[in-house]
Amino acid sequence: MLAEQHKRIHYGQWMTNVATIVLAALWLVPIVWALVVSLRSPDDSLGPDDVWFGETITTESYEKAVDLAPFFPEWKDGHLTRSYYSNTIQFVVLTLVVQLITVTLAGFAFAHYDFFAKKLFFYFILLQMMIPTAILLVPNFVTIREFSTADFLIPKFIYYHEFNLYDTPWAVAMPYFGSAFGTFLMRQAFLEVPDELVDAGRIDGCRWYQLLWHVYLPPSRPSLVAFGLVSVSFHWNELLWPLVVTSDKARPLTMGLLRFTQLSDIGAQWSLVMAATIIIALPLLGAFLIFQRQFIRSFLHSGVK
Amino acid sequence: MTQLSRRFLPILLILPTLYFVFMFTVRPTYKVLNDSQEYYYPSRPDRVRPTDLQLPGIEEAPRSLRGPHDVGWAYYRALFDPDTREGETFRQVMSNTTQYVLITVPISILLAFVFAVLINRPLRGIGLARMAFFYPTMLPLVSAATIWIFFFTPEYGIWNTALRFFGYHGAENWVINPNLALYSLMIVAIWKNAGYFMIFYLAGLQNLPDDVFEAADLDGANWVQKMVYVTFPLLRRTTLFVSVIAILSAFQNIDHALVMTYELATGEADLLLYEVYQQRFEFRNYGFANTLTVIMILILLTLTFTNFVLSERRGE
Repeated sequence: MLAEQHKRIHYGQWMTNVATIVLAALWLVPIVWALVVSLRSPDDSLGPDDVWFGETITTESYEKAVDLAPFFPEWKDGHLTRSYYSNTIQFVVLTLVVQLITVTLAGFAFAHYDFFAKKLFFYFILLQMMIPTAILLVPNFVTIREFSTADFLIPKFIYYHEFNLYDTPWAVAMPYFGSAFGTFLMRQAFLEVPDELVDAGRIDGCRWYQLLWHVYLPPSRPSLVAFGLVSVSFHWNELLWPLVVTSDKARPLTMGLLRFTQLSDIGAQWSLVMAATIIIALPLLGAFLIFQRQFIRSFLHSGVK
Repeated sequence: MTQLSRRFLPILLILPTLYFVFMFTVRPTYKVLNDSQEYYYPSRPDRVRPTDLQLPGIEEAPRSLRGPHDVGWAYYRALFDPDTREGETFRQVMSNTTQYVLITVPISILLAFVFAVLINRPLRGIGLARMAFFYPTMLPLVSAATIWIFFFTPEYGIWNTALRFFGYHGAENWVINPNLALYSLMIVAIWKNAGYFMIFYLAGLQNLPDDVFEAADLDGANWVQKMVYVTFPLLRRTTLFVSVIAILSAFQNIDHALVMTYELATGEADLLLYEVYQQRFEFRNYGFANTLTVIMILILLTLTFTNFVLSERRGE
């Protein structure tokens, strides 16, 4: 009787192991296929029963893809040319740097101070979580288009200077400069800093920025890193908004891939398309493979509300 | 002076965030509501899909009259009038979006739960399985879509080869088939999101108390029974939470449609946000794009509000 039960447990475990392996393999097929096919020669087209390895394994497809589209910057006439990579890095870094500042300051204010209409301001910022920025692409496009001509920043009678944000990294980054998710995350992290530490800092005569830098920030670094990772991954992979506010100069990687697949002379040269796909996804994918736990822990925060 | 600065310092600190939330969330919401009541004579009439929307006096407006005309709620009335082009499009888009949400959300949540249960075991090599399920989250949706386009290629695409192996002999090129294109979008979304939702279940599972399982073991429950009657109900807060992010993500992420189904001219696979994009940037039907945006905001606000009420009540 006991032996039979034992056997059943064993059998069940075997079944779950098989299920895990089968599902994991299924989930891996797309990326494995993309990698394998990207190593075919561009002239070696796919056919029935010939969709994996080609006759040879070469990096020709990568070389040709890089030739066909400006994925990487080139040194020309004493300066680097614009490329999808530099554009993506520009707007991702711009977004991240501004976000880290705004989010830290706002989180600190909400965690450390009591002030007029604090709750109201907090809910105002949380509105951003209820109405995702992605769906506001039409009115936000208009805002970016007429940013300099309206009284948004400084009233016209004080200072007037016309400039165009369209097709610059600023246009892609700006809607994300304020982040409700980040503010919330940092507020939570700051609230967990023990009061004794804060009081000790105050007694030592810390100004607010010293308090923030020396007392609040050090123990909250994991939250800041988590927010940074999620922000970078999200913006690196973004397509719809850049598609709307950039045309040529500031076009990021994702848009580059979209254009690449639509190039007429590429057609169904799958090895080229897959090489391009790998080129744009590799940095994040590689970082994920190395820092798996860190990424998963960070994305766990990304659902925080 | 110090008193005064101390009172205003926190406001100053939150000011940048307030400014950008106002500029890119609050103001556009108000603006789009306003603009949805205006009709723009198309700046590029040749590129506009002919619209049947009957706006008094507008049909005969000279082309030079490009300024906005106040049309009140005309677009909203048109939405619910199936005789207009707008109404017809709206009905189609809403039906597509509803199907898309009702199918992708439950399936990806169920898969996420199964994945989490499978890899929540102290086994050698289980990290590899976790990586296999989660990596699609790190892939841009466009990249995922380009890979999947190949899978749906007729004759030798891997999806078709697999289906043929199981005895399917139906239509092959899913992405350009009006009846199947929507399903091809769903498949990509499920494949990409299940691993992301999995991590929330994984965290939930690791926080579960052991004693419930011991009790279930004593009652002689088998593995499946334990999952269905003990684990899943215990994780209902996780499920509620994951459902909300799943629904929000289903509405927001339409990048795959831009590469997969853009060739479908008749809109059989158009999702709400994709239709907004098309109406505004391809057909230049500004008023309609604004109206659809308003509808979308209303839907999402209703959903988040319902979720808020639900989770508040559970919290008691």
